[in-house]
Amino acid sequence: MNDGDQKPVVGPTPPLSKARRQTNRRRFLRTVLLTGGVLGAALSGFLPLIYSQRKRLRPPGALDEKDFLASCIKCGQCVQVCPVQAIKLADLIDGMGVGTPYIDARQQACDFSCDAVQCVLACPTGTLTYHKPDFLTVRPGAALAAKPILLAKEKDPEPTLNMTERMGVARLTRPEACLAIQGKGFKGQTRGPDFKGTMRYMDVDRWKPIRIADHPYNVAECDLCVRECPLKGAISIETVFAPDGSKRKSPVVHEPCVGCGVCEMVCPVEPSCITIEARGVWKT
Amino acid sequence: MSQLLKRRFFEQIKVMFGAEPSKPTAIAPAAQAMHFYKKGNRDLIAEKLHARAHAEHKNSWRNRRWATLIVANLLFTFSFFLDIQILEGALTASRFVGFHLIDLNSALQVMLAHKHIINNLLIGTGTVLVLWVLLGGRTFCSWVCPYHLLAEWAEKIHLHLAKKRLLTDQTIDRRLRTFFWIIFALLALATGYTVFEAISPTGIVSRALIYGPGLALLWVLALLVFEVFFSRRAWCRYACPIGLTYGVVGIISPVRIKYKLAECFHEGDCRKVCLVPHVLDTVIKGRAVETEVPLGPDCTRCGLCVDTCPTGSLSFEIKGLSKLG
Repeated sequence: MNDGDQKPVVGPTPPLSKARRQTNRRRFLRTVLLTGGVLGAALSGFLPLIYSQRKRLRPPGALDEKDFLASCIKCGQCVQVCPVQAIKLADLIDGMGVGTPYIDARQQACDFSCDAVQCVLACPTGTLTYHKPDFLTVRPGAALAAKPILLAKEKDPEPTLNMTERMGVARLTRPEACLAIQGKGFKGQTRGPDFKGTMRYMDVDRWKPIRIADHPYNVAECDLCVRECPLKGAISIETVFAPDGSKRKSPVVHEPCVGCGVCEMVCPVEPSCITIEARGVWKT
Repeated sequence: MSQLLKRRFFEQIKVMFGAEPSKPTAIAPAAQAMHFYKKGNRDLIAEKLHARAHAEHKNSWRNRRWATLIVANLLFTFSFFLDIQILEGALTASRFVGFHLIDLNSALQVMLAHKHIINNLLIGTGTVLVLWVLLGGRTFCSWVCPYHLLAEWAEKIHLHLAKKRLLTDQTIDRRLRTFFWIIFALLALATGYTVFEAISPTGIVSRALIYGPGLALLWVLALLVFEVFFSRRAWCRYACPIGLTYGVVGIISPVRIKYKLAECFHEGDCRKVCLVPHVLDTVIKGRAVETEVPLGPDCTRCGLCVDTCPTGSLSFEIKGLSKLG
């Protein structure tokens, strides 16, 4: 190394002292620590999106999951307007979905007792919407053939719910346990005396949902899922042929099913024989 | 506004984004005369000691602020809990007797992630924008944000431990907040997820107060522990993009704290209680460029300095109203 390589003479700013440099370095490391901590926490929110096993059932009128998570502002106004408190907010385990609304149909389904899909009206960001923006596509089978007719207001001038897409579809997932298929009846409180779920019974009070436990049943052949379905033509009991050739009665889901989850909630068998496939589409 | 104050106005915006406040290169003659008068003035020192001895510590602004913050948050809670429907929703988005209100930072995240803006979102955001321009930008932080109150209590523990010499405040580079703001905006834009909303303690605490506690509070707890034992008010000072968003809104706000050089003894009590002491650099001996200097936009208008100042050299001011009076 020759003399020409010597460091240039100190410029206008004097060099920092050793102690000062050390302070600055430590401060830099702390800054990196906080950056890593906050970004790490934020990005860990992606993990549940990658590893989640089950899709959440979202409230009526929800955009497709990706757009749903993008647009939801996590304010819970949908939670507040729901007359049966069907909507809950997701917690930390949902990662990026923390604070977003979902429905656990078995615990409390959406029974449309608000008549007008209040949660859609309450949503400030269009995450729940009647009118999906044009640039978003509709998945095949998600669109409803016609606006669903709400049985509760079938006699009203406007009997339909303003929904164009389904939340999911009901599927008979455990036919072997279904009371209807076994030809059995049901007597008593479906889901037991401690069940907190509520529902509107038109023969009790159109505007006041009551506890399901306060509305016992006595049916010779179980048809609770059909009996309580709030929509017209979404499910019926049909005669079907079992594999052994014998005739059986069975609930059959039809195209107007929007996936509200009432059938899942009222099914007296534990666990439910009929469940909602969240985001499920109609397959012919 | 004088040329010197104008220069300071723009410098304070840079300071909000993370620059260190610099010593002024020029000072107005009136302020210069005052600085000179104060230098080694024995009468003033005697007066200062007298004022010091008789100063009674007030908490009036703090109490008003805490009351406002608690009432605002309880209004959310009770609107749902008692179904009185005055303020429905959470801090991220709500309806005040039917009018949409949407938090600016949350709205920004949603707009960037979803890339589609419906009317209600626009109306709510516009309303809140006007509201906080009028009320002082970061006023949101200290007068409404529920995390701010929790952090204030954590800060008390931190200061107690620091006084006992069990720890020292570990400062962090303030430019980090601007970095986070940009990163979270880009993440929302690129991934299509409102990434920041998942960790926003403001949203988490607000929802917990309204809809009941959840596991997400663990993240808030972690932040508070970090602030108690490591770095004083770290989230609000160095990380929170919401604070920066509202800070930008507050640049043109008429509500602010005004500093009067004449009354000041330069003891620095105000800087010790302040969340953002860089806005109070003007109280340092010889720094004030004019005899009256308004504080910069990063100020949360919390009023702690107003309460603390024994000589009343800091006070709330609404720009333009003094001219009317």
